[in-house]
Amino acid sequence: MSYLLRGVAPLGGEPTDLLLDDGRIAATGREARVAGATVVDADGLVALPGLVDLHTHLREPGREDAETVASGTLAAAVGGYTAVHAMANTSPVADTAGVVEQVWRLGRAAGWADVFPVGAVSVGLAGEQLAELGAMAHSAARVRVFSDDGHCVHDPVLMRRALEYVKAFDGVIAQHAQEPRLTRGAQMHEGVVSAEIGLTGWPAVAEEAIIARDVLLAQHVGSRLHVLHVSTAGSVDLVRWAKSRGIAVTAEATPHHLMLTDELARSYDPLFKVNPPLRTAEDVEALRAGLADGTIDVVGTDHAPHSREDKDCEWAAGAFGMLGLETALSVVATLMVETGRMSWADVARVMSVAPARIGRVDDGPFAQGRPLVVGEPANVVLVDPAARWTVDPSALSSLSKNTPYGGRELTGRVVATFLRGHPTVLDSRPATPVGGGAAR
Amino acid sequence: MRHLLSAADLDRTGAIELLDIAARMAATQEREIKKLPTLRGRTVVNLFFEDSTRTRISFETAAKRLSADVINFSAKGSSVSKGESLKDTALTLQAMGADAVVVRHQASGAPHRLAHSGWLSSAIINAGDGTHQHPTQALLDAFTMRRHLAGSTDNPDGVGLDLAGLHVAIVGDVLHSRVARSNVQLLHTLGARVTLVAPPTLVPVGVESWTCDTSYHLDDVITGQQPDAIMMLRVQRERMGGDGGGATGFFPSPLEYTREFGLDARRLAMLPEHAIIMHPGPMNRGLEISADAADSPRAVIVEQVANGVAVRMAVLYLLLAGEREAWA
Repeated sequence: MSYLLRGVAPLGGEPTDLLLDDGRIAATGREARVAGATVVDADGLVALPGLVDLHTHLREPGREDAETVASGTLAAAVGGYTAVHAMANTSPVADTAGVVEQVWRLGRAAGWADVFPVGAVSVGLAGEQLAELGAMAHSAARVRVFSDDGHCVHDPVLMRRALEYVKAFDGVIAQHAQEPRLTRGAQMHEGVVSAEIGLTGWPAVAEEAIIARDVLLAQHVGSRLHVLHVSTAGSVDLVRWAKSRGIAVTAEATPHHLMLTDELARSYDPLFKVNPPLRTAEDVEALRAGLADGTIDVVGTDHAPHSREDKDCEWAAGAFGMLGLETALSVVATLMVETGRMSWADVARVMSVAPARIGRVDDGPFAQGRPLVVGEPANVVLVDPAARWTVDPSALSSLSKNTPYGGRELTGRVVATFLRGHPTVLDSRPATPVGGGAAR
Repeated sequence: MRHLLSAADLDRTGAIELLDIAARMAATQEREIKKLPTLRGRTVVNLFFEDSTRTRISFETAAKRLSADVINFSAKGSSVSKGESLKDTALTLQAMGADAVVVRHQASGAPHRLAHSGWLSSAIINAGDGTHQHPTQALLDAFTMRRHLAGSTDNPDGVGLDLAGLHVAIVGDVLHSRVARSNVQLLHTLGARVTLVAPPTLVPVGVESWTCDTSYHLDDVITGQQPDAIMMLRVQRERMGGDGGGATGFFPSPLEYTREFGLDARRLAMLPEHAIIMHPGPMNRGLEISADAADSPRAVIVEQVANGVAVRMAVLYLLLAGEREAWA
């Protein structure tokens, strides 16, 4: 089946036509107007390369009540993603070739988006002994991103060894920067709000101290470091400093840290409980500035589904984490594009090109994050840049409903998503998975 | 007022009104027959997720003196230990028709959740939540201070008055204290000046936004500022040398704490003649307060307990009887 995207504006530029045929972008402009293709009226829509998330919790295996590979990748497709990196903190932990291959196969079978499993750095995420990183790298899942996300690789020697070891297969260590001793029992950002409402504080320094250590370690051993969910102004400064020194560090900000602040904790509603915690307005502004100037390389969702009973409780008993896949692009469009701080080309960079490059999935037959030019895989998302919509938690495709944006109006909406030329989403609604979704 | 969740729920007028009602309630407690018919047929549930015999008995006494039916619901550790959730407990109480729920919970914000989640429609009274708030404690403290420091021969309870011009020192573990948070807010609302005195490790980051001063030196505050009231906070044992589970202590030793921040006979002698000594209880004698201070004639600690009943009667009256009068 071939699709003619008529009148679409690639990266928000001059409108043209794009022909998607046999999984590739086959033609543009006048040459795209061939007979037999299904025409998609894309007048007024922006085309971006399919989004790539470096930070998704799919919860399978282990917590299929909260999310499955199939439901999570469906949510991803609705959010404009054609690829997600599935974090390793499942049960069992993705610390062996067996588990990462299982997750990878579940992704293939579901057919909504490519699933690239992230391998655990340490056995059982325990922070003591390196997991079999080589076996995961050489498995069918071809793991290149390793992370104990949810836990910090806090032992400096283990972190050094991991950074060194993955050089053999061009891997990257994605660090959850959280000094554990400084954050025992922590519930929210430590500052004016925590002092007043009496919740145990999670100080900014607990993140910044680890980032400072890790960029120096990465420099020392000449390895790639990726810092997950940077949340403080001080962290942005540290990453900026490290980049100015030529250190191979990349950094991520999440949509929620770009939009929301610790003031929301005053509601004591665990919907706003996340790790690292929501910070101050000053931190939010530093993240936006860092994203605009390139200090922050990617927006990663940290999509963290939780069942209702894990959020329908008092704050201290609530689970950390919030949904992100179905709202990420709209949050970035609202905060950065509508305000003129970033172009659509910038959005493509931080949500597709850079994440694919960092994850080393920008090459080969399953390449992601490629330019929208003839011959490239037809991973394309169509966005209505003017659409305003109100987030309705019950309308989300994720199995869980723990979005912090319920009732908020956002600008910019995903209209269609194509995975190698196949529409997974049309008219802002799920279409069909690639291959019919054998595992659904 | 629908709920009492925080001392910040009260403005100056509302706080004075509540203290005035408490004074009337206290007067009824001098009579031989202490019981009033005001809340006959209403149900008050004491929902305690954390042990606190003193606070529970105080609320129970207050409700019974107003002729309410009282149900004690002890649900210690329930939610976090994966027993019945806070939500199911709330739904149960709703089904039983509780008019007011008095909540004590180890998690900050649990009463706020009960009041705003839509799980139940009862009036919620915060009887202490985590390290957040304990508004009735602040009210009974204010009531006690008003009686001793603002009242006169003609007006022994200080009815109608606030606490303007008074200076109160609150000493000890401010970081973990809901009593301190509630008192700072209510005392400020009533016009008093507050100085927190604590080792820096027990002062929260972010305290600069609070309506009070902070000092690390108890002697300086006592001699230099001559407070009208000094409130000694309880120091939890587990804050001292670490908890054995890897947590680091907030100060080196109990001896050093007592030396720097304890109210002993020497410091007692440095206080002004009229100053009163307060403690929310239970006391660690010999740690934050010496027997000399605790048993001195200037200590009003036992009176605080008695005033607690009157203040809690006033709160129940305002939340429950006020509502019924509005309906009539």
